[in-house]
Amino acid sequence: MDLKLMIYLVVGATFALYIGIAIWARAGSTGEFYVAGKGVNPVANGMATAADWMSAASFISMAGLIAFLGYSGSVYLMGWTGGYVLMALLLAPYLRKFGKFTVPQFVGDRFYSNTARIVAVICLLVISITYVIGQMRGVGIAFSRFLEVDLLWGLIAGMGVVFVYAVLGGMKGITYTQIAQYVVMIFAYTVPAIFISLQLTGHFLPQTGLGGTLSGQDGMYLLNALDQTLVDLGFNEYTTNRNLSTMNIFLLTMALMIGTAGLPHVIIRFFTVPRVRDARKSAGWALVFISILYTTAPAVGAMAMYNLIDTFHPGGVGNPEAAMVYEDRPQWMRTWEETGLLQFEQEGDGERVHYYNYKNPPAWTEEAELDGYTVANLDRDIMVLANPEIASLPNWVIALVAAGGIAAALSTAAGLLLAISSAISHDLLKGVFMPKISEKNELMAGRLAMVAAILLAGYLGLNPPGFAAEVVALAFGLAASSLFPVLMMGIFYKRMNRQGAIAGMLVGISITLIYIFLYKGWFFFPGTAMLADNPDGWLLGIAPQGFGTVGAIFNVITAFVVSKLTAPPPKEIQDLVESVRVPRADTA
Amino acid sequence: MNTKLQEQRSAYWKANLRILIGCLIVWFIAGYVLPIFMVDVLNLISLGGYPLGFWMAQQGSIYVFLMLIFFYAWRMNRLDRKFDVHEE
Repeated sequence: MDLKLMIYLVVGATFALYIGIAIWARAGSTGEFYVAGKGVNPVANGMATAADWMSAASFISMAGLIAFLGYSGSVYLMGWTGGYVLMALLLAPYLRKFGKFTVPQFVGDRFYSNTARIVAVICLLVISITYVIGQMRGVGIAFSRFLEVDLLWGLIAGMGVVFVYAVLGGMKGITYTQIAQYVVMIFAYTVPAIFISLQLTGHFLPQTGLGGTLSGQDGMYLLNALDQTLVDLGFNEYTTNRNLSTMNIFLLTMALMIGTAGLPHVIIRFFTVPRVRDARKSAGWALVFISILYTTAPAVGAMAMYNLIDTFHPGGVGNPEAAMVYEDRPQWMRTWEETGLLQFEQEGDGERVHYYNYKNPPAWTEEAELDGYTVANLDRDIMVLANPEIASLPNWVIALVAAGGIAAALSTAAGLLLAISSAISHDLLKGVFMPKISEKNELMAGRLAMVAAILLAGYLGLNPPGFAAEVVALAFGLAASSLFPVLMMGIFYKRMNRQGAIAGMLVGISITLIYIFLYKGWFFFPGTAMLADNPDGWLLGIAPQGFGTVGAIFNVITAFVVSKLTAPPPKEIQDLVESVRVPRADTA
Repeated sequence: MNTKLQEQRSAYWKANLRILIGCLIVWFIAGYVLPIFMVDVLNLISLGGYPLGFWMAQQGSIYVFLMLIFFYAWRMNRLDRKFDVHEE
């Protein structure tokens, strides 16, 4: 069957499924809209959390990052999974026991202050809106690349589908659609990985294939071969490559972990299960479902890299006379050239493409005649999407990958939109400005806020600010330096009071924001960076991406000192903390 | 709240913190000590085609994280029952 028709069929079928679920799971009350009536089975919630968490970045970009970074790419694997340990041990059970609807609501009640609640809402909005931009962009790219429709129409289609199930169904609709999206996503990720692992190493599991030997190359390990090939091309060894110092690898991994644990759209997922012990277990199930993708990703990255180099150098590295002939390049390269994510540049009269580290040319390039083509741009995001084509897999696998990429982006977008709309309708409107609002009107306000958020996200997806990559670092830095410490201290330090929490959050956010802006430009406007963004210019050598860890430390110290200097929280707040710490405390 | 209940609660919380700290130590070893600080030493050992430090960073740490969460959930459910604070 024609590839395009196949993609239309598969993507169309998944959309019909999502909308069908949405109609079945309409929300009738605010409880259903915000937390799915607290009736979600912990395993099902784990699966929905996994889909919620794994965004277009996890699905499309992560394996590509690892392919080009090798060992250094591990920070994303560990950072984005290790955060679940913190969430499961330090936050989820207690916040579930608290038993309300949103993260700012906990902050407001625990610190008996609407100011604290509003500060938390602002952090939540900045984090979530930043994230949503990337998702809408991912939906748009998947549509325009695979369905060859205009970016605008791609975005409108994506927004339309999210609109139906998120606005109608709220958390209930989103949860059940996310379960379907997880299934689509995980098939789309693992099926090509299994095919490629079998082709290259004969291993069914990509996780063991990555440590296996190459088929037909008498006992040569895949990773050894990859290390050697990259060194021959003038790059660093794959398994030991480091682009950051040990301290920065540590700080970045820590910032990603505590940032993950502080992301509001993930935390609210644990409000949906019936009991405290379900919250503990559900975080484990979420990580099971996430791990299936995250332990496959390193294999996808390494194998895609190996296959890619093999495509450029069919006669082996160091044999430029046998390099790929430009005119004979495979069809998938031509398709990606149209998107600009892959670009070749003609340097001379030669007909072959020469790919090596142009900044550090290896010895064999010196004697050889290398006038031909160079690879001017090779975007990391191609690796997963083009992977099935690089390995010449059947058309239905390619169609599945398209549907999986869209599922990953839509499921995360929906979770973020819910976090945004509940912060506005429940925290700002009902909590602060209109406490007497009826449940029916609050539900209506929640839906309107969601519509507004979808339109804003769509607009930003179409006109993305030119700094999307930096903004993601900002989202994690903010979550790490503001929400996570304040939630944790609210549970584990009974003496923490209003003044301490507010001062801690403000200091944590400001210091992190200022540090990032100093190196990346004020509000990311180009040309306004005041310090050089390189290891020599960094204060104490700390990279801005990992600064969230430092911000979190400042947050904790400030909060501690300020709370020591001011009055302890009132008796009823201390009782609230006591009751949050115990699963069944109603007998007191 | 009567004193006996108060003491019970505080004993429950202390037991919880002990389990927590134990789990976090394992989390730190699996997520930082082995795959980041000691990676070069571990890479001298191989696990099939994987250098051990690299395996720990890209596979092993994730498996440890998983086991930790389920261990903590199991251990806490037992503790809840022991102190009679479990949900029905």
